[in-house]
Amino acid sequence: MVDYGIRIRNAMKKYGDFVAINDISLDIARGEFFTLLGPSGCGKTTFLRMIAGFNTIEGGEFYFGDRLINDLEPAKRNIGMVFQNYAIFPHLTVKKNVAFGLTNRKLDKETINEQTTKFMRLMKIEEYADRIPEKLSGGQQQRVALARALAIEPEVLLMDEPLSNLDAKLRVEMRDVIKEIQKRLQITTVYVTHDQEEAMAVSDRIAVMDRGRIQQIGTPKALYQRPANLFVATFLGRTNIMRAEIFKKGDITGLVFDGGYTLPMTNLQNVHAGQKVVVSVRPEELVIRDETYQGYQTCLIATVAYSTFLGLNTHYIVELENRERIEIIQESLIKDIIEDGTMIGLVVKAEKINVFTEDGATSLVR
Amino acid sequence: MVKVRKFRYDFWLLISFMILGLYILFMVYPLSTVVYRSVVDEETGSFSLRYIRQFFSEPYYYQTLINSFKVAIATGLASIIVGTPLAYLYTMYEVKGRKLLQFLIILSCMSAPFIGAYAWILLLGRKGTITTFIQKVFGFSIPSIYGFNGILLVLTIKLFPLVFLYVSGALKNVDNSLLEASDNLGCSRIKRFFVIVLPLCMPSILAASMMVFMRALADFGTPLIIGEGYMTFPVIIYNQYIGEVGTNENFASAISVIAIIITLFFFLVQRYLSHRYSFSMNAMHTIERKKASPIGNFFIHLYAYGVVAISLLPQVYLVYLSFRTTSSAGIVFLEGYSLKSYQQVFSNMGGAIWNTLRICGMALIVILIMAVLISYLVVRRRNIVNAVIDSLSMIPYIIPGAVVGISLITSFNNPYMPLVGTATIMVIAMVIRRIPYTIRSSVAILSQIPLSIDEAAESLGAGKIKILTMIIVPMMLNGIFAGAIMSWVTLITELSSSILLYSFRTQTLNVAIYSMVAKGADGRACALSTILMVFTVISLLVFNKFSKDGEIML
Repeated sequence: MVDYGIRIRNAMKKYGDFVAINDISLDIARGEFFTLLGPSGCGKTTFLRMIAGFNTIEGGEFYFGDRLINDLEPAKRNIGMVFQNYAIFPHLTVKKNVAFGLTNRKLDKETINEQTTKFMRLMKIEEYADRIPEKLSGGQQQRVALARALAIEPEVLLMDEPLSNLDAKLRVEMRDVIKEIQKRLQITTVYVTHDQEEAMAVSDRIAVMDRGRIQQIGTPKALYQRPANLFVATFLGRTNIMRAEIFKKGDITGLVFDGGYTLPMTNLQNVHAGQKVVVSVRPEELVIRDETYQGYQTCLIATVAYSTFLGLNTHYIVELENRERIEIIQESLIKDIIEDGTMIGLVVKAEKINVFTEDGATSLVR
Repeated sequence: MVKVRKFRYDFWLLISFMILGLYILFMVYPLSTVVYRSVVDEETGSFSLRYIRQFFSEPYYYQTLINSFKVAIATGLASIIVGTPLAYLYTMYEVKGRKLLQFLIILSCMSAPFIGAYAWILLLGRKGTITTFIQKVFGFSIPSIYGFNGILLVLTIKLFPLVFLYVSGALKNVDNSLLEASDNLGCSRIKRFFVIVLPLCMPSILAASMMVFMRALADFGTPLIIGEGYMTFPVIIYNQYIGEVGTNENFASAISVIAIIITLFFFLVQRYLSHRYSFSMNAMHTIERKKASPIGNFFIHLYAYGVVAISLLPQVYLVYLSFRTTSSAGIVFLEGYSLKSYQQVFSNMGGAIWNTLRICGMALIVILIMAVLISYLVVRRRNIVNAVIDSLSMIPYIIPGAVVGISLITSFNNPYMPLVGTATIMVIAMVIRRIPYTIRSSVAILSQIPLSIDEAAESLGAGKIKILTMIIVPMMLNGIFAGAIMSWVTLITELSSSILLYSFRTQTLNVAIYSMVAKGADGRACALSTILMVFTVISLLVFNKFSKDGEIML
């Protein structure tokens, strides 16, 4: 049996008639780094604040281990929380900020001192101990916030978009710090973000949320490669959405795109001939066949609209015959970039693409 | 997300009910007594509109209302005309001695208007120094300072700084790029002022003019001293209450109610207008001050320092007089200089100084504690009780000081709570009058503190009282302290309710000055107002020391 850090059953939250959290159940293993990912307004922060105790729980059960925490005050839940704006007490020194939770537990001075120093050292902010936080940079403030949350050795660490106020470079640096510390302390962590790259970088598992519901839970790899529905496919990473139809010819099943490109597939399920489907093809799942023009059946015909050279990769925006534009990412080559206006042929990597029902609700890929 | 929470039974709910109780006892109950009395016949005790009818049927009474509004509107306009250009020039151009200039402007509004009125009489009155001088040298007499003109002069000089502060505050939030954009689009300077700058400052101008209007309307010392026959309604209220002709509390109440209703009307109009014209502005780059052309520069300085000189002239003159020798009774100025006035003041009037310190100090402490608690309730604990407290706390905005005084006297002149004549009743009046401003500024400060600060403390195991005392109050302290000094200055110059409430044991400096000034020229009055001015200057200096950017919240 898995040792669960957090178990949630049928969570429910309403603001008047608006259902903010709709019947969410999930299990988070002890020591797991679990991320709630979704667009703004999807309910991820609301849900996190229910776990923290700042929002009331209208329905369902929340357990930390075996402990039902529904009606427990935030102070008694033994959580460490890191806020989007850090919420560092500006009138206290770094050291007093970190020690704040410990003093509330009425521990003796020595223990407080020891513990405070330990976590300041861990977060590499020891040298700022007697400074007022206002003078620190954003990254350092975030370190203080993290040290303060961890110092009480909480059962669960909650983080609400902790990196969104940092600049791009610091964000990458801090997310590695967070991941490393979390792995070292083996603390059950729930992390909220709207940044899918950040989510993939830090998480063991991700729950993608939309409109108060969980759309899919899985490892970053699973979510990216086999999204459960169109929302997850478009929210995680970039993708091109194309229309197609199912064909069956003998024991071969596959897709026919607009314009006639026919693609046999081996992993489709629950499909019937003539069914209209939506296909998600990520930019790197398209292969350019510029020199060999092989006719309508074997590839998509497109015209290069413009290209962007980004060093590692070159991006092409191309226009299909039905005037839809799609994006292709190709590893940059030493030979010339294909000129705007050139007609090219495209094929897709059949084993990588994802196919959904016309409404986008269900995946048709095994 | 602001949402109305269900009641949580805790420490804060207890505080809510305590504050609600205080408001009901000391504000709602006294005001309803006034309303009740205004419609009840004093002799028969039955419902009657006779006082209200009496007020509107006799020109002697209703004329005072017309006079008051004339004064208030004229003062409002004059203050805008003086204050807005001053704020504009101050923000747009390099002015020598900016800090000093601002300090002097603020100083000139930080004394009771009646003291200014008294000084202007000494300068421009019938036997005034300047009047006599001009008469002698040029052989003609200047227009009379008494009546409407004098009131307008005194109040404008006293109140234009409010417009200055509000408008320069608004200009601070105008982004420089807006001005550059309008230049870039070919807008002339003059046009830019009227088309861009003025509309952007409109909400502040409206708010300031409302404040000026209210103060001018409710001011009571000035018309009494310089108005001569020109009566305004606070004077009538006062006369009806402590009149020599015979008092009528019920009639005074009726006038009070009429005054409140009319003030309320103006308050609502102002609210409506400022909502319509409000913008949210936040300047990334504040306006860069430019150096004006030499001629422009000269006129800018002439205007700025000229206005300040005129507004400070009366106070400077009083300081000068305080060092003149007086007759033994202290009421006639003689040739030569001495400290006689001060000796008399300290031997006889020490009580007034002590009363000012203890009564205003007490009021200040109560105001600060209540304002912090109320702002916390209003910002962090939205529920129905606190919404009621929020609305109640706004009421004193529209209640003239004299009405506060009357309502407290009529309500606490009973054997159960015999507060009349005590220091307590004066403290209560001061708290009621001043607290809305302190609450507004506390609310503004607290709203700047993100809720996550409270939550962080809570998740780290801090209790409710600890969150307040260890986290929230220390974080608010800087702003509160700056506001407290401003409150202090307003409290020590309070007159309109104290004049009704004081007894010989609780006479404050301001009241003492008033009662001496009302009798005529007096060296001791000059000495006392100099002492009061010294208090004010010290307070302002302390304020400048503690406030980060010299931002003033009145």
